Amino acid sequence: MGDATAAMSGPSGAKPRRRLSGRNIMVYGILIVMCMYYILPLWVMVMTSLKGMPEIRLGNIFAPPVEITFQPWVKAWSEACTGLNCDGLSRGFWNSVQILIPSVFLSIAVASVNGYALVNWRFKGSDLFFTILIFGSFIPYQVMLYPIVILLREMGLYGGLWGLVLVHTVFGMPILTLLFRNYFSSIPEELFKAARVDGAGFWGIYFRIMMPMSLPIFVVAMILQVTGIWNDFLFGVVFTKPDVYPMTVQLNNIVNSVQGVKEYNVNMAATMLTGLVPLVIYFISGKLFVRGIAAGAVKG
Amino acid sequence: MASTVRGNRWIRNLNSKIAALPMVITTMVVFVGGTIWTVVYSFTNSKLLPREEFVGFAQYERLWSNSRWLQSIENLAVYGIFALIFTIVVGFVLAVLMDQKIRYEDAFRTIMLYPFALSFIVTGLVWQWILNPEFGLQSIVRSMGWDNFVFDPLYNPDIVMYGLLIAGLWQGTGFIMCIMLAGLRGIDEDIWKATRVDGIPTWKTYIVVIIPMMRPVFITVLVLVTAGIIKLYDLVVAQTSGGPGLASQVPAMYVYDYLFTAQNLGQGLAASTMMLVSVLVVLIPWAYLEFGGKKHG
Repeated sequence: MGDATAAMSGPSGAKPRRRLSGRNIMVYGILIVMCMYYILPLWVMVMTSLKGMPEIRLGNIFAPPVEITFQPWVKAWSEACTGLNCDGLSRGFWNSVQILIPSVFLSIAVASVNGYALVNWRFKGSDLFFTILIFGSFIPYQVMLYPIVILLREMGLYGGLWGLVLVHTVFGMPILTLLFRNYFSSIPEELFKAARVDGAGFWGIYFRIMMPMSLPIFVVAMILQVTGIWNDFLFGVVFTKPDVYPMTVQLNNIVNSVQGVKEYNVNMAATMLTGLVPLVIYFISGKLFVRGIAAGAVKG
Repeated sequence: MASTVRGNRWIRNLNSKIAALPMVITTMVVFVGGTIWTVVYSFTNSKLLPREEFVGFAQYERLWSNSRWLQSIENLAVYGIFALIFTIVVGFVLAVLMDQKIRYEDAFRTIMLYPFALSFIVTGLVWQWILNPEFGLQSIVRSMGWDNFVFDPLYNPDIVMYGLLIAGLWQGTGFIMCIMLAGLRGIDEDIWKATRVDGIPTWKTYIVVIIPMMRPVFITVLVLVTAGIIKLYDLVVAQTSGGPGLASQVPAMYVYDYLFTAQNLGQGLAASTMMLVSVLVVLIPWAYLEFGGKKHG
């Protein structure tokens, strides 16, 4: 509450101002100009994807379509070619879904238990592992790519969906563990102690007390992971084979393919399709999204 | 006696230890083990497969005499310096504007932040289209009467990194604005009252009082942005594929190509070790400032 009032009253203070002061015109002017820069690509993407190729060749990319056509969307979804495969982006979409669901579930399960153990069941060295984990998140992925290829090959998971799921779980761990650790440490310790006295064990307390009390943070973690994993490109291209490529990789292959005539409308429809999942999550989740990414920012 | 005490200690909290196993394996095997493996094998002349044939610093000598690598470093330096300056300045200015008790704050934030939800691939492909000289910005300005207007960053080796920069800033500045705004909101209202009583103008308060107070936020932003810059990869792949020529190559691309397509492992590992070194150069002073101080305080 204290926070909210401080935020509402803002820095510029008590003196009431006329609505159209020069200062206000400048503030809103700059904000609106910047917003045009941010909105422009989305606008261009949608408009281009709704035009036919003849109109694109003649017209300007900012203009709305004279004649709306959904053909590019259909083509991007079910006919666009990558190499010899011409079954469209739908394959990449379903691959991404198949990667996404187990990755999100597994990474959140592992990280939440980690966070819980770090707060309530500290053991010798637990803080050390946590520190390494956080510092590990700053190591460029390129450093660990090849060793992971070897590990996955040894486990027989290289090239398939499950190998990628494992990789996402591992690299989601630092940030998610931090997120859960911080949240769990805000839950009063008395609750934990009372449950211990009543004879609840490690898993009992986790499932019956910690988890039900922390649903918001699970939602934040989910938002973070769904967008992060959906948007991943590097891991997809390194750890999977072409027939299980996630959507981002397939999209890049479709748009940047050198063969054939460039169909810009299909390309933009495909780009839009790939961006749609995180965009929908972003617009639905609103402030939770901000919380999720801000949690990622306040490390240390 | 000693052994039973020891046994007890191991068995106590056994469940929690089992639960922490994934974390222990991740840190020790992947993060620590993987990094050490990469550094060690960067001193070998592994080609297609890793081989324990140590050649000292030969891979590094080859790396630093490879024109493609040197070009990658130069490109990243150009991109990095401008990305840092612009992200911090734009992020801060936007945050200050957002903090002026404006109306529709939520709408403005939603618009500024949505690009951050999109992947670098989507970002790169959209801006590739907007910067397309035949149909995009250039052709529109030309059709408005400036027939000689030239703006084709993706086809001009001299300015291609700025083309990437426009896209990179589009994707990331909204996020930095949010962090900065949170920092501004965290500043005690009394500070503002005090400066107002003293008659210090608002702009001066920001520069003299607020920015120094937000030092931790700026440092966090600096570390985040720098780590992001060093990892720069997807955006380049999508927007320019490293071209025209080698004009927008970046170190991460060099690593990928040598590890997975050129089949010259030792060289790729040496390059990735250099990426690690550059992160450490940023990270160690930061960790020292951030955690070194706390121990004393």
